[in-house]
Amino acid sequence: MAVTPQAAPDSPGEVADALREASYLADESTALIAFLAQRLGKPVLVEGPAGVGKTELAKALSRATGRELVRLQCYEGLDEAKALYEWNYRKQLLQIQATASAGDGDSAPVGMGEIFTEQFLLERPLMKAIASPDPVVLLIDEIDKTDQEFEAMLLELLSDFQITIPEMGQISATTHPIVLLTSNNSRELTEALKRRCLYLWLDYPSREREIEIIRLHAPDIDEALAGRLVDVVDMVRELDLKKPPSIAESIDWARTLILMGADDIDEKTFRDSLSIIIKHRTDLDLVAEKIVPRLGGASSNGSSSNGSG
Amino acid sequence: MAEQILAFCEDLRSEDVAIGTSEIQDAFKALEIIPWTEPVDFRESLATTLAKSPKDREIFDLVFDRHFFRATEAASLEYAPEAGEGRKAALSDDVREELSMEALAEAIRQAIAEGDESAMNELARLAIEAFGRQGESSGVVGVDMQRIRRGLGLSPSSDTSGDGEGEGERLDRDQIARFERQLRRELQRQQIQRQGQLPPARPLSDLNRSLPMRGAQDLAAVHKAVAQMKRRLATLGHDPRGAKRGRTVDVRRTMRSSLETGGVPLNLKYRPRRPRKPEIYVLCDVSTSVSSASTFFLSVLHALHDSFRKLRSFVFIERISEVTHVFEDERDFTAIAEKITSTGGVADVSGYTDYGRVWNEFYSDVSADLGPRSTVIVLGDARTNGRPPAEDAFARVADRANRTFWLNPEPELYWNYGDSVMSAYTPFCDGAFECWKTEHLEQFVDVVASGKVEHMPSGTRKYTSGHRY
Repeated sequence: MAVTPQAAPDSPGEVADALREASYLADESTALIAFLAQRLGKPVLVEGPAGVGKTELAKALSRATGRELVRLQCYEGLDEAKALYEWNYRKQLLQIQATASAGDGDSAPVGMGEIFTEQFLLERPLMKAIASPDPVVLLIDEIDKTDQEFEAMLLELLSDFQITIPEMGQISATTHPIVLLTSNNSRELTEALKRRCLYLWLDYPSREREIEIIRLHAPDIDEALAGRLVDVVDMVRELDLKKPPSIAESIDWARTLILMGADDIDEKTFRDSLSIIIKHRTDLDLVAEKIVPRLGGASSNGSSSNGSG
Repeated sequence: MAEQILAFCEDLRSEDVAIGTSEIQDAFKALEIIPWTEPVDFRESLATTLAKSPKDREIFDLVFDRHFFRATEAASLEYAPEAGEGRKAALSDDVREELSMEALAEAIRQAIAEGDESAMNELARLAIEAFGRQGESSGVVGVDMQRIRRGLGLSPSSDTSGDGEGEGERLDRDQIARFERQLRRELQRQQIQRQGQLPPARPLSDLNRSLPMRGAQDLAAVHKAVAQMKRRLATLGHDPRGAKRGRTVDVRRTMRSSLETGGVPLNLKYRPRRPRKPEIYVLCDVSTSVSSASTFFLSVLHALHDSFRKLRSFVFIERISEVTHVFEDERDFTAIAEKITSTGGVADVSGYTDYGRVWNEFYSDVSADLGPRSTVIVLGDARTNGRPPAEDAFARVADRANRTFWLNPEPELYWNYGDSVMSAYTPFCDGAFECWKTEHLEQFVDVVASGKVEHMPSGTRKYTSGHRY
């Protein structure tokens, strides 16, 4: 296939800059893999804990490259009729009835070819990504939520960028989509799928990068406060929580702190805004017990403000 | 270069990373457009094409360091044996003389705190030389490491307490570990120069992989395996008895397929059944004979509790005790472990496991709740200390439950030796597995998922007395 994506980047640095402009701060390996994905035309499998920006990476790539984002959200029980294509049976039935009444029994019965054509085809996300005349970014989100059979169905799409419809034949991609698959690693994906993908493990960002990310999304925040915030969030992540705070929640928290007009995170502000980053009752208790004493806030514990939401 | 990468792939394969030809091709394709003079990009491109899970990535990093370190050393031995000498001479003598031990230690601390890799490398070399001058070099890398570390007073614990609250000066374990890596590498390099040959390549020890026995810090690995287990147990293992009973017709799909027969719905399509939620009963041995494994088992229990809502857990030694509520109340792993051992009330007098009594108690107390949806998982070594195994009680339990699995923390080799009565129980289990590493846990999940143990030939089940469903 001689399809080259338009304006393929020349270096990983270029990709990083483009992503930055799309307000996504990619670290070195992320930029490199995004670059390789575009140049080699291979799908990328992104794994990592929840809330480190896996889905956001796809969105940013779509903004950075000016391509449309086609998203397929996976869930248990997702089948090909909802992911690939489906025949529009209502229209097909009408067509059969229309030809039958028009011919009034004299003409031969309707042949299969007439109702299995593109005009009766309902495009689902994967089909849409393949058939689109403009190159797109295809995001297959949370692939680990589906069954193994579904993975197997993806293989043809991922390696050859084509879909075979039994009644019609193959539909090949006219343009080369950038494909991202995300997984929360809740189960081991099949070797066959992995073999077709580049692999990217996204983890929580380093302290400096997270401060940068927060300041990018909440520009009003004071630098010292951002640093303090990231420190506290790091402490919280180190605990064994049911749901550790994600980057998105750090950003939300930063915005909340701005609204509250806080200039430091002391015990009281922390308790008041705790529910922004902690979303489990048991986690709340654990954090209140482990983190609050370490904050060493100015306020005394006399004001019994509770942080549960 | 190509050969070098192929050799590297071989190296990875020998460490059980699954690398196919297509992966190697991808790696080469990637290297065509990535300048391999950029160390970080080079490494990341190889990683993204070759290592496809976090565990593989870990091994990849270890092997990468080992392989390319050896490769460069081999090359430098071959081409320029005097290059090392030149580098050493570059450090002028007076600089070396000036640096006292204290100043050196201080400089190293500084470099570690700043995370400056190249400075650390330089200082590692200086430290080695300083020790070499004192005539303390032993020629054994590990011993030298110890001496230098002691000489410099680098240990995370003493530093953190010594410097107190000073945020900037505090050195954490990771940073020191980074310096020590440099130090070790430098020592190895010098040894290679001295001997003029490479040490034999050693495979990565198992220790570098996963070690579940350490309790809390390996919880993450256990949690991951259990998350998989949850998915598979949830969707599998319920005999679709009376498969057609109570199924609903999927009108949309029926109509769609009817078009192949000209609009006449000849084949009915049904909605797929939603799998029922399983009920899981976990019985965990916490006696001293499995004390090393019981931490692991407890963390498995701990992980299971996060995943299943209908899970009842029991611990036993001489008697059995339900601990479901402990897991519901507590989140912290150490607190749970403490509570279970202190208030579980499982040890009666002797503290020796009494499987027979446990089964009888479990049968009389709980088995009324067991049903066709229940899965019983036993974690224990089946060492009865000579007491009667009461396999008939166990068989009755297994009979009531849909499926029964036994995870034994001992390697299969040791089963049935000594007072282990594993063979008395295995006929009634749908599967018995050794389980002393997280990998085993994953294997267990795989076997359960693949359904191999689902329908054992009826002859292997002695007690099933006909109707078991």
